[in-house]
Amino acid sequence: MIGVELRKLLRRPRTWVSIGLLCLLPVVVAVFLAVTGIAPRPGQGPTLLAAVLGNGALYPAAALGIVLPFFLPIAVAVQAGEAVAGEAAAGTLRYLLVRPVGRTRLLVAKLVSVIAYTLLAVVAVAATGYVTGVTLLGTSGQLATTTLAGTALTPADLAWRTGVMVLYIGWSMVGVASVSLFLSTLTDSPLAAALGGLAVLVSSTVLVALDAAGAVRDYLPTRYWLAWVDLFRDPVAWQDIQAGALVQTGYVVVLLGAAWANFATRDVTN
Amino acid sequence: MTPDEGRAPGGEGAVVTRGLTKRYGRVTAVDSLDLDVRAGDRYGFLGPNGSGKTTTVRMLLGLVYATSGDIEVLGRSMPRHAGRVLPEVGALVEGPGAYPHLSARANLRLLDAAGPPVAGGPLADGVGSRGSRRRRIEAALEQVGLADVGRRPVRAYSLGMRQRLGLAAALLRGPRLLVLDEPTNGLDPRGIAEIRDLLLDLNARGTTVFLSSHLLAEVEAFCTRVGVLDRGRLVAQDDLDTLRGPTGRTRVRVDDVAAGARALGLPPRDTERPGPFAGEGDLVLDGTSVADATERLVRAGVRVLEAVPERRTLEESVLELTT
Repeated sequence: MIGVELRKLLRRPRTWVSIGLLCLLPVVVAVFLAVTGIAPRPGQGPTLLAAVLGNGALYPAAALGIVLPFFLPIAVAVQAGEAVAGEAAAGTLRYLLVRPVGRTRLLVAKLVSVIAYTLLAVVAVAATGYVTGVTLLGTSGQLATTTLAGTALTPADLAWRTGVMVLYIGWSMVGVASVSLFLSTLTDSPLAAALGGLAVLVSSTVLVALDAAGAVRDYLPTRYWLAWVDLFRDPVAWQDIQAGALVQTGYVVVLLGAAWANFATRDVTN
Repeated sequence: MTPDEGRAPGGEGAVVTRGLTKRYGRVTAVDSLDLDVRAGDRYGFLGPNGSGKTTTVRMLLGLVYATSGDIEVLGRSMPRHAGRVLPEVGALVEGPGAYPHLSARANLRLLDAAGPPVAGGPLADGVGSRGSRRRRIEAALEQVGLADVGRRPVRAYSLGMRQRLGLAAALLRGPRLLVLDEPTNGLDPRGIAEIRDLLLDLNARGTTVFLSSHLLAEVEAFCTRVGVLDRGRLVAQDDLDTLRGPTGRTRVRVDDVAAGARALGLPPRDTERPGPFAGEGDLVLDGTSVADATERLVRAGVRVLEAVPERRTLEESVLELTT
């Protein structure tokens, strides 16, 4: 069943269109930066963007920073919202279930497919970011890059930091996906599931910025989203990254549990 | 697991329910249903829209969970043994479902690959194995008349073609039991006849067919046994011939109605009250047997074209049962 879901994912035009669009935005940004040479001042604009000019190898990280606040979560929420509700809306859910595919198996396969999509998207953005960064922005002479602290990074150092970043962002997105996946088992409308997931994110972003909500801030899903920036400090500041991974794990476990409990016991009437 | 695990002792009914009930809140959609579909039946499950047919079908297939009561499909209880029952069941529920951007073949391949590669009924070819998939897909498409659809995506199909694709999906693994909900929806008369012939052929080769429909004519033309559902209750379940039982009256067709009426001692035709005069040359007689009527008519020199005991149509029985 997992293989079938992956085949469905890969054969679907929308998968490639959405990933293509995700990759396009950082490329456009890079073109503007390269042509004008005007970098945002540090502390302004998308994360890390101030540091990439003349430092193209850092651009994968900057590219993810560009798509992270809106674009990537939207794509992931839409994909996850599709999972069960999309099958219901297409009328294929009932035929899968009487084929028969066990409900738990179906849900697991959907989850794997959403995770695969997320990783595909994050890796694709990072890869196009690297190519664009190196070709358009240059690599500051040698391959040596500097951290935000100004110390030198070897290519190997940069590679593993970028790898961990991809995993961390991927995991944050799985957190997003689990909200929409849960909603996807509640409703037969894929749009409602996707929008519901986004509504949670927007609320979370608002509350994170609100001092009055300080008591719950550390448990909000978007609180540590940008913690991966700490990977590019020297030494790496792991504290927020660990907290972020833990918070996401909590959301993933609870929401997927709820999704399973709901889907396994509900009447399929569509 | 032995092959017989979960099988009920005794004879095998294709679909047996006892006290099957489904409540949505305070609304009782299906009320203590005792279905009895025997292996080899062509069972017609009749009922007006909203009478609970689809809910029942969904419960039989394990999509909707019953509030109370037992379900046995192919001798095993559902939904507990869904994993062993459903591979031998082909189903079409409330219209076909397919991924619109893929072709018919790609859709069937995905569906076939999604489930377990085991089991299959008397017509299963290659026992549902992966290796026989291509052949089974071609055979199923051929059966429903979609063999030459090519690579067009399902998005471009007409309603009738989608319906045929849904049937092909149901037939893919040579099921022992076909559960079809309104299978001729969207088909033209020729398509309906084709599908009926196909189902008759499958039934003759051992497939039990459970056909749910609100179309009396369809059920009358195809089924051997009928269950009639009304507002969630089963109001009749019998052989079609019993439901279409004789009315006790005799219908004769003669070439001269006026002479016939005189010979039988009936009052002359009155345009206000048709009485025994039905149609152009037909007389409907109460309390006169076919033998008596023909004898008296022939004695009087009236030519008899046809004389039969009158039967109720299925429509009349059902209307009587459901009002």
